[in-house]
Amino acid sequence: MNEPRSPWTVPALIVLVASVLFAGIYFFSLRNRMRELATTPQTDERARIELAQPTPAGAKSVPKLPARIFWLSATLPNSLEATTVTLPLASDPVQRAKQLIDELIAEPPTNPQRTLPADSSLLAFYILPDGTAIADFSDATSAGIPSGIQSEELAIDSIVQTLHAGIPQIRRVKILLHGQEADTLAGHLDLSGFFSTEGAGPAATPVQR
Amino acid sequence: MRKWWLIGLPIVSLSLIIGVAARGIQNPQQLPPPPVNPPQLQPPAVQNVPAPPPRPRLAVVVIDPAHGGTDPGARGSTGINESDVTLLYSQMMRPALEAQGVRVIVTRENNADPSFDDRSAIVNGQRGAIFVTLHVASTGALGQVRVYSEPVPDDVDVTKIAGGGFPAHNGMLNWDSAQQFYAAASRRLAEMVQASLAQKFTGSPPAPFSAPIRQLRTVGAPAIAIEVSTVSTPERTRLIELGHNLADSVVRGVAEYRAYYEANVR
Repeated sequence: MNEPRSPWTVPALIVLVASVLFAGIYFFSLRNRMRELATTPQTDERARIELAQPTPAGAKSVPKLPARIFWLSATLPNSLEATTVTLPLASDPVQRAKQLIDELIAEPPTNPQRTLPADSSLLAFYILPDGTAIADFSDATSAGIPSGIQSEELAIDSIVQTLHAGIPQIRRVKILLHGQEADTLAGHLDLSGFFSTEGAGPAATPVQR
Repeated sequence: MRKWWLIGLPIVSLSLIIGVAARGIQNPQQLPPPPVNPPQLQPPAVQNVPAPPPRPRLAVVVIDPAHGGTDPGARGSTGINESDVTLLYSQMMRPALEAQGVRVIVTRENNADPSFDDRSAIVNGQRGAIFVTLHVASTGALGQVRVYSEPVPDDVDVTKIAGGGFPAHNGMLNWDSAQQFYAAASRRLAEMVQASLAQKFTGSPPAPFSAPIRQLRTVGAPAIAIEVSTVSTPERTRLIELGHNLADSVVRGVAEYRAYYEANVR
């Protein structure tokens, strides 16, 4: 009653056993890789952590340099004005951008000259080789900006002009909110595109502080 | 094996019949020729002189009271919501524009909150339309009014667009960047409306601004945003009464643009 064995039975069994062995080895290597990743912070996360640290170089080794920060004008309504401040600017463009934006948020000459909310923060900043800067702001930035086309435009202009004045290699800026591309900054201004630094000229009369 | 033939043969035959029939429908060459009208039925004048295409007209103005529903927009310290004021402005503007003989469509007539794309879809479904979105800022001096249009793309040479900015396009527009094609035309509309507003609203700029505004990006028609200052005023009544002058100025600006549009659009 025994049926004759097919000539393919033995090769099929060999292939099946080889597949099971290969899958087993691959599974163990994947598991080891996952354990490695779980114990090591991601590159992006590491970059964020570094960005959140104060400038590592001591005040002795980093000389203070003039930097132009664009806040609302004290005299001309609804326009920006460059104020020159001195900061221990880092030579690394990403660190420098962080310093400039921190200054823009934290130290306006007067509160009415503020363009970004006091509780907003820059979460991450990148510069791509083509001169595109990507600035990731916290949700508080969006929530705290006075709603309106003009006020949102002034907020963006203050960021773009401050970055352009301090890091001329930046050609355009992409704004993200909490790591995501948002529809609008605060209900009006479109964040889907890039903000060019071309034409982001300095204000008429820089004010020394 | 015989059983497979019994099932397979009818299926293959049926598929062939359906395929041949479908090809016959898709290929117009296989359709019977259309009947030819007898020559004596056609008037001689019609044979030689084709009727001119109807002249494009600016027939529709879509007014968009921004925000609404759960999105009140800008909020003043005295409790004025931008969404309420824009709705009132749209109600004042509507009869004034209708009196000029244009059809007016409002994107919301109550405290609803259509999405940006829903609002754009209303104007994108119209022919010969323009779009005006109304906003009230939370900053600025009371009674200042600014008009915005989308920035004209760098690769668009406005001077080379015949008719002052109306693009000749016969295909479909990309929804997400539909306004790019009309940016120059929108700029002209913004200039005319801003000039008209500057006459009635002291302190308002004489020229409009360019800004990337989310609502305008997906509008495939000449489109502007008007922003009035401000919900931060304690004078609620005065802010609302600005709507009458706003309506008058917009009507004058649109009337001027209408003449320009009908002279230039292709």
